[in-house]
Amino acid sequence: MRKAIWTAVVGAVALAVTMAAASASTLSDVKKKGYVQCGVNTGLAGFAAPDDKGNWKGFDVDFCRAVAAAIFGDGSKVKFTPLGAKERFTALQSGEVDLLARNTTWTETRDTELGLNFAGVNYYDGQGFMINAKKLPGVNSALQLSGASICVQTGTTTELNLADYFKSHHMQYNPVVFEKFEEANAAYDSGRCDVYTTDQSGLYAIRLTLKNPDDHVVLPEIISKEPLGPAVRQGDDQWFDLVKWTLNAMIIAEELGITQSNVDQMKKSDNPEIRRILGQDPNSHYGRDLGIGEDWVVNIVKAVGNYGESFERNLGQGSPLKIKRGLNQLWSKGGILYAPPIR
Amino acid sequence: MVSQQNGRASVFYDPKIRGIFFQAVLFAALAVFVSWIAGNTIANLRRAHIASGFGFLNSRAGFDVSNALIPYSSDSTIARALLVGLLNTLLVAAAGIVTATAIGFLVGIGRLARNWLVRQICTIYIEIFRNIPPLLVIFFWYMGVLSVLPLPRNSIKFPFDMYLNSRGFYMPAPVLGEGAWVTGAAFMTGIILAFVSASWARRRQMATGRRPSVLWVAIALIVGLPLAAFALTGFPLSLDVPKASVFNLTGGIQVKPEFLSLYLALSFYTAAFIAEIVRAGILGVNRGQTEAAYSLGLKPGPTLRLVIVPQALRIIVPPLTSQYLNLTKNTSLAVAVGYADLVAIGGTILNQTGQAVEIVAIWMVVYLGISLVVSVLMNWFNAKTALKEK
Repeated sequence: MRKAIWTAVVGAVALAVTMAAASASTLSDVKKKGYVQCGVNTGLAGFAAPDDKGNWKGFDVDFCRAVAAAIFGDGSKVKFTPLGAKERFTALQSGEVDLLARNTTWTETRDTELGLNFAGVNYYDGQGFMINAKKLPGVNSALQLSGASICVQTGTTTELNLADYFKSHHMQYNPVVFEKFEEANAAYDSGRCDVYTTDQSGLYAIRLTLKNPDDHVVLPEIISKEPLGPAVRQGDDQWFDLVKWTLNAMIIAEELGITQSNVDQMKKSDNPEIRRILGQDPNSHYGRDLGIGEDWVVNIVKAVGNYGESFERNLGQGSPLKIKRGLNQLWSKGGILYAPPIR
Repeated sequence: MVSQQNGRASVFYDPKIRGIFFQAVLFAALAVFVSWIAGNTIANLRRAHIASGFGFLNSRAGFDVSNALIPYSSDSTIARALLVGLLNTLLVAAAGIVTATAIGFLVGIGRLARNWLVRQICTIYIEIFRNIPPLLVIFFWYMGVLSVLPLPRNSIKFPFDMYLNSRGFYMPAPVLGEGAWVTGAAFMTGIILAFVSASWARRRQMATGRRPSVLWVAIALIVGLPLAAFALTGFPLSLDVPKASVFNLTGGIQVKPEFLSLYLALSFYTAAFIAEIVRAGILGVNRGQTEAAYSLGLKPGPTLRLVIVPQALRIIVPPLTSQYLNLTKNTSLAVAVGYADLVAIGGTILNQTGQAVEIVAIWMVVYLGISLVVSVLMNWFNAKTALKEK
């Protein structure tokens, strides 16, 4: 009888342990279940927010769709998990999402201690401050903010930069810390804080949601580097490569002038580089090396367009945000966007 | 079956041994399960390349906390940040327990009042607050009451330099001068002497049957002695008055809306439950007890104090303990309004360091510890008020 119990216990434990150790290849898991599970923001206009019909829209959402398109040839084979700043890393680490595209800053700690890999930078941002110019007419620089109450979201690099900035300038402030940025927005809008701080792109997006957007101004100072990018778990290089090259392909497509509308004509281009990337050269096999089909770049561009198209549609002139390309312009046009070649 | 031939039951059917056997099996299964969970967690963390261990507690925190009770800056350690959070949790829990108990007793007694209006008001109060989730009560105070207050430059002024605005409640802070400790010492001496005189009065009553009145002596000792010391040392106290600056009022004591809303909400919410417990306790004492006390010649005051309340407490204290524990645990709702309690600060650390397992373990151990301390104190109090049979 004892022996029977032990056999059962050992068997159950062995089973549980093997179950826990499964899922080494994210790509084959994704192919098996038929969709990419993508972690996005809970609702930041321009980056990830559901529209009035419940469809997710935004720059980060586009990136998720691009990865899905590269794998399945269909940008709709993606499910979104809205994540707060606090639970985003745990969700990725635990395997709840396959990919985190949630305007997340690439830092050393996150890259090492948190066990993440950043697949590149899809938006070069920097932290800024927003104030209500109507209530504080004399303030036009962050250096005048000593003594202010500042609304900030917890668990962000923002919170740490804020502490460093005020300390290095010998200024005082009262942090009012919220877990969700919706709560921080509401507190700032109701006058609980004098200042709102987050990445500048976020400030512009949040300003649109305030009661009187025109009363608020973003101060000129940028106090940090915030390279935002998609992240995956460590220990799965195949998946890491796929996500990394999806981003690079979007940037290269813009460099080569491949757009959503001309991608099919571009297949017949004389330019060998374009033909190669679009899978028209029988001797190249970039798709196979990544574990997907050879028409992966075609599918990405068909689904979401190139980097520039996605940017303008969600953040730039085609959106209410009207953010300028700035640093996020191609290296050849005065920005710092630079992708390694597909070769 | 050898044992049956000997006229004794088989060891296998001995209920005692069987009981021990099954307990041992259960314990072993539990031990295996716990060690498997632990092993699996460690293996998974290692597989995901996530650092683990409690070494991060000694590293620099890097973030600021606005309402720290102890000196704290972004240069302090993470352990100190957690301590700041723990103290904030204890502060709001302690303040909440005191206020909830006071309101609860008043409303509970009010529900039994002879006055119809008082009775109805107390009933409505209980039914409203008991049936709304505490989180909504917190939001009600934070968004409905405190955030619609005017901005600092249009503060509502109260006498004695007190102000109320959307950033909180401001009042002057006492600044102790040289020799202020003499007043404090005189106050403590006054309290001790008042106790001594009360016990002398009790001994006189036991010896002579008459209780000398020492009320005025006690008041003179507790109030007069420190006042005299205060005057003799030359009034060593000044006030730090809140003044308007560019953004906020500065100086004085500031009670932030985050604390106020949490404290008020938890107090009002828990008070509704305590009121019902108090009512049940008082109703639980047999009417005959009052009549017996009256027939022995006791006046209504001493009847309540010496006969009714001690018996009612026996009924009140055990469920009251649960309410205190509930209030303490509900303080973790602080995170919704941005009050820097243990959960909020732990959450920040969790996100900045990624040490999820460790932080959750710390949370659980600390809340368990607080709850056990409250339980032990209340059980001690319960044992004191329990019926002692001689």
